[in-house]
Amino acid sequence: MSSALEARLRKLFKAPRKGESFELRTGLVSQYAYERKDAIQRVIAAMTVGKDVSALFPDVLKNIATHDIEQKKLVYLYLMNYAKTNPELCILAVNTFVQDTEDPNPLVRALAIRTMGCIRVDKMVDYMDIPLKRTLKDDNPYVRKTGAICVAKLFDLNPEMCVEQGFLQALQDLVADPNPMVVANAVSALAEIQESDPSTQCFQITSKVLKKLLLALNECTEWGRVTILSALSEYESVDQAEAHHIIERVVPQLQHVNTAVVLAGIKTVISHIEKLSSTEYEMYLKKLSSPLVALMSTSPEAQYVGIRNIRVILEKYPQLLSRELRVFYVKYSDPLYLKLEKLEIMVRLANDKNAPLLLSELKEYAMEVDADLVKRAVSAIAQVAIKLPDHAMKAVELLNFLVNQRGDYVVAEAVKVFRDLLRRYKTTEYVDAIVPVVSANWESLDDAEATAAYIWILGEYPQKFTRLDRHLQKLAEGFLEETSVVQLATLNAIVKTNLRAPTANSGNYLQSILNCATSDVENADVRDKAYLYWRLLSSDSGLAAKVLLNTELPPIPSTIALFTPALLAELVSELGTLASVYHKPSYTFTSLIAKAKILRADNIEEIERLAKREIVANAKSENLLDFGDDEEIAAPVASSLDELSDVFGSSSQAPLANSDILGLFGSSGVDSGMNSQAADI
Amino acid sequence: MASSIHFLDVKGKPLLSRDYKGDIPSTMLDRFPLLLLENEEANMMQPFIHHQGVNFVYISHKNLYLLAMTKKNDNVMQIVIFLQKVIEVLTEYVKQLEEESIRDNFVVIYELLDEMMDFGCPQVTDSKILKEYITLDYYSLEKHKMLAPPAAVTNSVSWRQEGIFYKKNEAFLDVIESINMLVNSTGQVLHSEILGRVKIKSNLSGMPDLRLGLNDKGIFNEAGSSNAKGIELEDIKFHQCVRLSKFETDRIITFIPPDGEFDLMSYRLTMPLKPLIHVECKFKIHSNSRIEILARVRAQIKRKSTANNVEIMIPIPEDADTPKFKSDGGKIKWKPEESVLVWKFKSFQGGKEYVMKTELGLPSVNDEDVSAGEIFKKKPIKVNFLIPYFTTSGIQVKYLRINEPKLQYQSYPWVRYITENGPDYTIRMK
Repeated sequence: MSSALEARLRKLFKAPRKGESFELRTGLVSQYAYERKDAIQRVIAAMTVGKDVSALFPDVLKNIATHDIEQKKLVYLYLMNYAKTNPELCILAVNTFVQDTEDPNPLVRALAIRTMGCIRVDKMVDYMDIPLKRTLKDDNPYVRKTGAICVAKLFDLNPEMCVEQGFLQALQDLVADPNPMVVANAVSALAEIQESDPSTQCFQITSKVLKKLLLALNECTEWGRVTILSALSEYESVDQAEAHHIIERVVPQLQHVNTAVVLAGIKTVISHIEKLSSTEYEMYLKKLSSPLVALMSTSPEAQYVGIRNIRVILEKYPQLLSRELRVFYVKYSDPLYLKLEKLEIMVRLANDKNAPLLLSELKEYAMEVDADLVKRAVSAIAQVAIKLPDHAMKAVELLNFLVNQRGDYVVAEAVKVFRDLLRRYKTTEYVDAIVPVVSANWESLDDAEATAAYIWILGEYPQKFTRLDRHLQKLAEGFLEETSVVQLATLNAIVKTNLRAPTANSGNYLQSILNCATSDVENADVRDKAYLYWRLLSSDSGLAAKVLLNTELPPIPSTIALFTPALLAELVSELGTLASVYHKPSYTFTSLIAKAKILRADNIEEIERLAKREIVANAKSENLLDFGDDEEIAAPVASSLDELSDVFGSSSQAPLANSDILGLFGSSGVDSGMNSQAADI
Repeated sequence: MASSIHFLDVKGKPLLSRDYKGDIPSTMLDRFPLLLLENEEANMMQPFIHHQGVNFVYISHKNLYLLAMTKKNDNVMQIVIFLQKVIEVLTEYVKQLEEESIRDNFVVIYELLDEMMDFGCPQVTDSKILKEYITLDYYSLEKHKMLAPPAAVTNSVSWRQEGIFYKKNEAFLDVIESINMLVNSTGQVLHSEILGRVKIKSNLSGMPDLRLGLNDKGIFNEAGSSNAKGIELEDIKFHQCVRLSKFETDRIITFIPPDGEFDLMSYRLTMPLKPLIHVECKFKIHSNSRIEILARVRAQIKRKSTANNVEIMIPIPEDADTPKFKSDGGKIKWKPEESVLVWKFKSFQGGKEYVMKTELGLPSVNDEDVSAGEIFKKKPIKVNFLIPYFTTSGIQVKYLRINEPKLQYQSYPWVRYITENGPDYTIRMK
């Protein structure tokens, strides 16, 4: 009988029985080894595609005692996945595990201890201490390095036992191991434990440990280097000589091919560089330029991590990279998120020397098709103009060119930045270059912020607008339909226009807008403001003119957003981590679990409270409006305000004392102007 | 330290997962497709998402997502590079890493994931060493190898096994320079850089110690002959086998190479360059009927040199059709699916110049949306080429000394130079 036919027949007979699960079970208890192995593979395959095969637990477990290492691995894998569903049965596997940790084959010994640590069942922990102790003293470094990590796993499951049994001490001893990979894993494990429970104080770098780490650094694998470098960056060097010694040993790592090693090296150098003498400081700081640039020749994802870090580093050390503008040119194939981030760096690198080049490059981007990139390029041109007075006129000409060439959203974006430019450059030269363009293009504006910007310009320079009455008429007619941002701007503008350049009908428009704002508008701010103006104007118009027109707005020195000093310090210390990518300190997004652990001994209420707070914090962070916790100290609040203004697309992040507060109010020139006037009144 | 690694398909459906820490519930993974979609709608697409205390770090590879999840403020650069390494290693094992090959090879992928990461710490990611003890086909593996992990896993020379033997000991050294260049439509070079790498294929026995001499200024001056004309390499990056501290102090490149092929070092040079293959392109649109494209290409290299496989990709409007070509050299092809013209030369001698003219028909109905028809002008012209026996930077290998202290064999180093286009050799149309 042919085998195909036989198979078909067999299927025929089997099909009506209990289906796949039954078939697997029969396979698992088959008397033939190859059938059992095949069945295990199929169980794992089913597990991989997400089927629940936990019911087969006892049958799979029967196959654990085998000399076939591949089969052993599969059974172990199954155990790790389903241990939780059958914690009682897991204990049956303990014997095999313990036996395996004494196997003559180091691969088996390591496999057994690695898997034991991954079976997250409380009972398993009780059987772990003896094999683990043996493993940590194994002759084979491969087994020792696996054991080192296993201590961290054990700590995660049962910290008390881990401490009581002296595993932390054993781990500390492994830092002095002759094998670099064991050292690296011991350091990883210690760092992990220290992070999850700082009170253990298990990872203290002493001068002896430091020596070991520096020695292992040159010997171990790339990942080991990352681990050791991160540990070194956390360490506080005691004096100049030691800082110099560390940096000297770390600098060669900056030429490693693995970008993670390079970034960890940069972080370490930065964390120790402040201790150096000024000549050494300069010398080593210079050495950071080229590895930083090298972060840009990797995959887009790694480049993005690199460039977000570069932004932090540049803010701390603005002199770095001043000649490397070209590296950050946008490439056609870059993903959008990278393009936008490159522009952030480009405006920060702008100086008088590279400005002409930079502006012509930005012009290219502004002529692209991607709307987000184009908008960002337009605002970047203005940022450069505001930063560099010598090139401002060129930039304004460029913006005017773009407005004429592109239309639609480019006009809206340009009008927004024109407002900023006028707050920086108040000479007639600029006013004459900008205002006519705004006056000619105002009708195409449809975005609220751009409209508000146009209205602010109108209020400041009404004389420069042709057919002023038409503008005012439009404002008065459309007042009710507008958003409150525009309404506030309109109130300002109409009052100022009436004082500055009253036309035949401007009084009427003023009256109708004030009427409208006080009686028909629901927004309290708009109404209050309208009332204020009304009273002021009706009591003494001379005084009103004095108050409203003679108060000069402070010029904005820069529209490039800066981190607050507290946030910057935080981010510099967290280079390379997720915090450096989000540009938020880690406590704003990591869960409170670590804190909860410390309090584990305390009452459960406390934990519940923490959990609730976590939920609230998470809800907040979803909205990006993360204020940290209510009781947080002032600094983080300031930093989250900073983020707030980021969210609102802040354009006037002037480093004034009150800039953060201004930022909170929407941060547009109109509004901040309004607030300072309100303060004057 | 990542909590878990997942392979997902293009829609975010999980294909294979390995949970290292068990501190993130699997329901979080189910949210990923939605988060991905939200990210896409927000048009941001950063490969990092934060959601309810869990951080999603992902990279995409062909039609796959490779995702790492973590709750902590982890070293994200390490995670990203590790994920790339996973793709690199798995590709070595299964050739094409895609949905089907993941399903077919889940056993070995689990094994590799176990070996490459433990409790979130990256461990061994060198495919040459991994292949020594993890394989697709256990029957082919010699029995003795299964008895212990290769010593190299934990040695300080973690990239080379002992006991390698070749009858003929040879080392092939390729110096390859890729040129990235951005030229605007008027022919002005906006940005140019050389990305160089030194590739070695080592067929050497035992544990050979190699020493490479280059005419790099920094290296050469230290060696004493200061009058030599050297060049200064920037951003030198070395394979992990190079003794970095030795290079830092003595500027000498010494190493014990891995067996087989590997990239020994890479460098970057930003120096003003003339475009090696220069393209000028003009086009004229006759409204509603046709477009005329005129291009001129010149090889600005030495007459003795020849560029091979020159390909010039000129973007054209998407809706163009019925092309008519005329040229005095090379072959022109129309690739409507990519909206480009490809002008090809098998070989292109230095100093030569060719011209071509192409006419394409345009639909007579004018597109309402003007910008759509104009998009092609924003795309840059791309150029591919390969110039053998030539480096743009002028870097030269002065010597490659091979010394195996125990075996003391005769060995033969071979050196080759190649200049080619980088991924961004582009000329803007307008």
